[in-house]
Amino acid sequence: MDFGQIIVQSLSGLAHASTLFLVASGLSLIFGVTRIVNFAHGSFYMLGAYLAYSITTRLPATPLGFWGGILIAALLVGVLGIVMEVLILRRIYRAPELFQILATFGVILIVQNVAQAAWGTGELLSPRAPGLRGAVEIFGNLFPEYDLALILLGPFVLALLWLLLHKTRWGVLVRAATQDRDMAASLGINQGLLFTGVLFLGCFLAGFAGGIQIPKEAANLQMDLQIIVETFVIVVIGGMGSILGAFLAAVLVGQVHAFGVVAFPSLTLVLIFLVMAVVLVFRPMGLLGRREKPQRLAPEAMERPYAPAQRGILVLWSVALAVLLAVPLVGTDYVLVILTEFFVLAVFAASLHFLMAVGGMVSFGHAAYFGVGAYFAALAATKLGLPMVAAIVLAGFGAAAAGALFGWFCTRLFGVYLAMLTLAFAQILWSVSIQWVAVTGGDNGIVGIKAASWVVSRTSFYYFTLFIAAAALISLRGIIFSPYGYTLRAGRDSPLRADATGVNVRRHQWMAFVLSGAFAGLAGALIAFQRGQVFPNDLSIATTVDGLVMVLLGGIQTLTGPVAGAFSYHLAHTELVRNFENYWRLILGAAIVLLVLAFPQGIVGALQNLAGRWRTVEARG
Amino acid sequence: MKQAKRLLVTLCLAGVVLPAAAQQPIRIGDISPYSALPQGTDGWRKGWELAVEEINAAGGMLGGRKIEVLARDDAGKPDVATRMAQELVTNEKVDMLTGTIFSHIGVAIADFAGRNKIFFLASQPLTDSIIWEKGNRYTFRLRPSTYTQTIALVEEAAKLPAKRWATIAPNYEYGQSAVASFKAALRAKRPDVEFVAEQWPALGKLEAGSTVQALSAAKPDAIFNVTFGADLARLAREGNTRGLFANRLVVSLLTGEPEYLDPLKDDAPKGWIVTGYPWEQIKTPEHSKFLAAYQKKFRETPKIGSIIGYVNMQAITAIIRKAGSLDPENLIAATRGLTFDSAMGPISFRPQDHQSTMGVYIGKLDVKDGRGMMVDWKYVDGKGLQGDDAFVKSKRPAEAMK
Repeated sequence: MDFGQIIVQSLSGLAHASTLFLVASGLSLIFGVTRIVNFAHGSFYMLGAYLAYSITTRLPATPLGFWGGILIAALLVGVLGIVMEVLILRRIYRAPELFQILATFGVILIVQNVAQAAWGTGELLSPRAPGLRGAVEIFGNLFPEYDLALILLGPFVLALLWLLLHKTRWGVLVRAATQDRDMAASLGINQGLLFTGVLFLGCFLAGFAGGIQIPKEAANLQMDLQIIVETFVIVVIGGMGSILGAFLAAVLVGQVHAFGVVAFPSLTLVLIFLVMAVVLVFRPMGLLGRREKPQRLAPEAMERPYAPAQRGILVLWSVALAVLLAVPLVGTDYVLVILTEFFVLAVFAASLHFLMAVGGMVSFGHAAYFGVGAYFAALAATKLGLPMVAAIVLAGFGAAAAGALFGWFCTRLFGVYLAMLTLAFAQILWSVSIQWVAVTGGDNGIVGIKAASWVVSRTSFYYFTLFIAAAALISLRGIIFSPYGYTLRAGRDSPLRADATGVNVRRHQWMAFVLSGAFAGLAGALIAFQRGQVFPNDLSIATTVDGLVMVLLGGIQTLTGPVAGAFSYHLAHTELVRNFENYWRLILGAAIVLLVLAFPQGIVGALQNLAGRWRTVEARG
Repeated sequence: MKQAKRLLVTLCLAGVVLPAAAQQPIRIGDISPYSALPQGTDGWRKGWELAVEEINAAGGMLGGRKIEVLARDDAGKPDVATRMAQELVTNEKVDMLTGTIFSHIGVAIADFAGRNKIFFLASQPLTDSIIWEKGNRYTFRLRPSTYTQTIALVEEAAKLPAKRWATIAPNYEYGQSAVASFKAALRAKRPDVEFVAEQWPALGKLEAGSTVQALSAAKPDAIFNVTFGADLARLAREGNTRGLFANRLVVSLLTGEPEYLDPLKDDAPKGWIVTGYPWEQIKTPEHSKFLAAYQKKFRETPKIGSIIGYVNMQAITAIIRKAGSLDPENLIAATRGLTFDSAMGPISFRPQDHQSTMGVYIGKLDVKDGRGMMVDWKYVDGKGLQGDDAFVKSKRPAEAMK
C-alpha cells in the first residue's frame, strides 16, 4: 500500500467509526444512568433505518428532505424508547440485577416480528444522499462524499453530547446519576423523569445511527442483531457509561478493522473481539471507565439465603421424578425427545445459574463451555473412536479446562466487564469452529455421532439423560451447600469482608468458572449424543441467550429456578415455533415481557413469595 | 348365509375404510428458515403453495390422495431444525421431508433423514457436502450446488482477458467452497491467471468502505464475488462510488436472483457476469404457464425461491407418481434416474450422487427502467456441470451408493 492508500484506508475506518460511535454512545448513556444492559438497542437502530427509509423516500429528494427525514425518524425512535421505558423498564428498576435484560430480549423478539409485518421481508435500499452522491479524489483514490460527511458527523455529535452533559442542568443531573444513582436520588432528583429522558436520548441516537446508514446499506431484518454485539464491544472497550470512551473505542475499532482487512482478511470475524480481550486484560475498566460503585439493593432484590430443602419441597421433587420416570410408558417419541432435551438444558441452565447467582459473575459467553463439551464429545466419538461414556467424561474435562483458562482472565474483572470478556472468549471459539474446517467441519459441523448401543433407543437415552441430569443437579446442590459454596457466596455478597477474613475470593471465583464449565460441558456432550450432530451454533450467542433466558425466567434467586426456567422456556419456545411459524417471536416476546412485569423474581421466586404469604397467613390464623 | 354376511361386513368395512384411505392426504414436512431468512422463504412458500393447489385441483395422486404440506420454521438453527424434523416424523407421521435453505441445516436434516430412514429432498441448500462427504441414501438435492454454479461461471470467466483476479466471499462454508472451486477450475483452464487479493467479510457484517479500498489497492483486473443480500448492497454501492468496478470485470454468484437484484434498483452493477433468474424474459411455454399462474394468485413477481418451491413440488409429485407408494425405499428407487418436466424444462436426478440436473441461468447485468435485469443470458443445463463419476465416487460414502 502506498501512502495515499493508507490515508484513504484510514479515512474509511473513521467513517465506520462514526456509525459505531453513534449507536454505542446511546447504549453507554443508558447503561451509565439506569444500569440497564439494553439488549434491544440494536432493534432501535433497525427501526431507525426502516423509518428513515419510509420517511425520506416520501419527502423531496433534497438535502433538507433527506436529513430532515432522518431526524424525524430518529425522534420517532426516541419516542419508542420512552414507550419502552414507561411501559416496561420503569416497573422493574428495582428487580434483581440483570432481570431487565430479560425484558429487553422480549422487546427484540417483538420488534423483529412487527418490523417484518410493517415493512415486509425484502431488503430496502434508499437512494443516495442528495447533495452527497459522488466521490472526491484523495491521493488518486475515489472517496465517497457521504463518508466524509460521516467522518465529520461523529465528532460533531460528540461535541453536542458534551455540551448537553456539561453545560445544561439536565446534563449535570445525568452525570450525577451516572456517578452515584442513589446519592442523586436522595438529593431529591426525580429519577423517573431523568430515566425517561435518557432512554429518549439513547434511543434517538440509535435511531439516528440507523437512519444515516440507509444510503450505505439496505434496511433489512437482520440489522438488529448484527449491530448489537459490536456496539457492546465498543461500549466496553471505551468504559461503560463514558461517551468519550465510546468515541475513542469506535475510532480504535474502526482503524483496526480498516487495516485488519488488508493484513488479515480472514480474521474479520474475530478482530474486534481480540481487540476487546487485549484492552480488558490491560485496562480492566475499559479505556476511560471507572470502577462501578456497588448499587444499594432494593428490598426486592435482596437475596434470601439458600435454605436446605424442606420436606414439602422434597416430596414435590420426588413426585416430579416419579412422573418423569413413568413418562416413557405413556408418552410419544416426540415427548421423550423434548423431555430429554429439557434434562440437558436444565443442567446447562443450572451451570450458568451457579456462576451467576451463586458466584455472582454474569456470563455472556456460557455457550463456550456447552460448545466445547459438544465438540469434544463429537470429536472423541468420531475421530478418536472413544466409547460414549469416555467421550462424555473427556468433554467435561475439556470444558472445565476452558473454564480454567477463560476464568483466569475473567476473574480479574468485575460486573459487566467480566461478562463481556466471557463473550469475547466465546466469540473467538465460535469463529474457530467456523474457520477450522479440517477439525470442526466448519459451518457444516460434525454429524453422524453415534450413541452407545445400550442407549440407542429413545427410551433408554431418555433414562440415561434423566439419570445423569439428576446426578449433576444433586452434585451442584451439594457444592452450593458445601463449605466451598458458602465461601463463594461470602465473596459474592461482600468481597471486602470476605477478603478481610482471609478468603482468597478470586481463587474461589476461578474455581466456580471451572466447575460451571465442567457442568455446561457435560450438557454439551449429552446434546451431541442426543442429536448426533454438533454445529457452530452450539457455541454462538444464541445458545448463551437461551441459557440466560432460562435462568432469569425461572428466577435467579432460587436453586429450582434454572430447572423451572429450562422446562417452561424450552416447552414454550418449541411449541410456539411449531404452531405459529409466523408469529412465534411476537407471542414469545410479549409473553416474556408480561412475565417480567408480573413476576419480577422469576417463576419460582413468585411461587415462593406466594407460599411465604400463605404460610404467614396460616401462622396468623 | 354366513358367507354372505361376511361378505356384507367386508363390503361395509371396505366402504368405510377405502374411501377414508383415498381421502387421507399425502403429508409432506417442510423445514425452512421462515423467521431467520424471510427474504428467501417468502417466495419459496408461495411457490410450493401454488404447486400444491394445482396438484390437488387436478385430483391429487395415488388414487385421489391430496397433498398436505406441514411447514415448520427452523429459525436458522440446526438444533431447532432437527427437533422439527423429529416432530414431523414422529408426531405428524409425514411421508417425506423437504425444504431447508441454510447449508448447515440441510446437512443436519440429511443426517437426520439417513439415521431415521426417511426420504428427504433438500431443496435450496447449496453446499456440496450434502451430496458428497455427508451424502446418504435417503437424501436428494434439487438446486444446483455451489460447485455447479461456480463451474458455470468459470466457463465465462476463462474467456475474459483478465489475469489478475481478486475474490470476495462471506467467511463461512458457502463462500469458502465457492472460492476454492473457482480458483481450482479457473487455474485448470487458464494457467496464466494469478489471484492477487482475497477478502473474507463475516456474513452480514461487510464493512464496505475499507473492504472496497483494500480490494482496489491490489489492482486486480477482475473480481469474483460471492457476497449476497445486505453485504452485496453495501459492496455494490460503495464499489460504484469508489470506482472499484470501473474498467474491471466482475463475475458474481447469485447476484442476478430477484431476491438480491431487486433491492439494488438502479444501483445494480452493470456488466457483471452473474447467475440468477431472468423470470420476465423466459419464454418457454412451461415457464410462461407458471409465471401467469403465479402472478394471478399472488399479484407479485416471482423470486428464485418461488420457482424452486414450485419445481420442488413438481419433483415430489413426479417421484411419488413413479414410486407408486410412499415407502422410503420405493421413493429412493424411483428418484434415482427419474426425469420429469418442470417449469424450468426437463430435470433428472443423477443416481450416482442424488443431485438433480437443474441448470443455471447465466447472463450479464444491465439497468433498464431504473431496475437491474439480466441480458444476454442463457440457460445452462446442469447435466454438464457435475463432478465426474470417479470424483463423485471418491467423495461419497459407500453406504450412500447402495
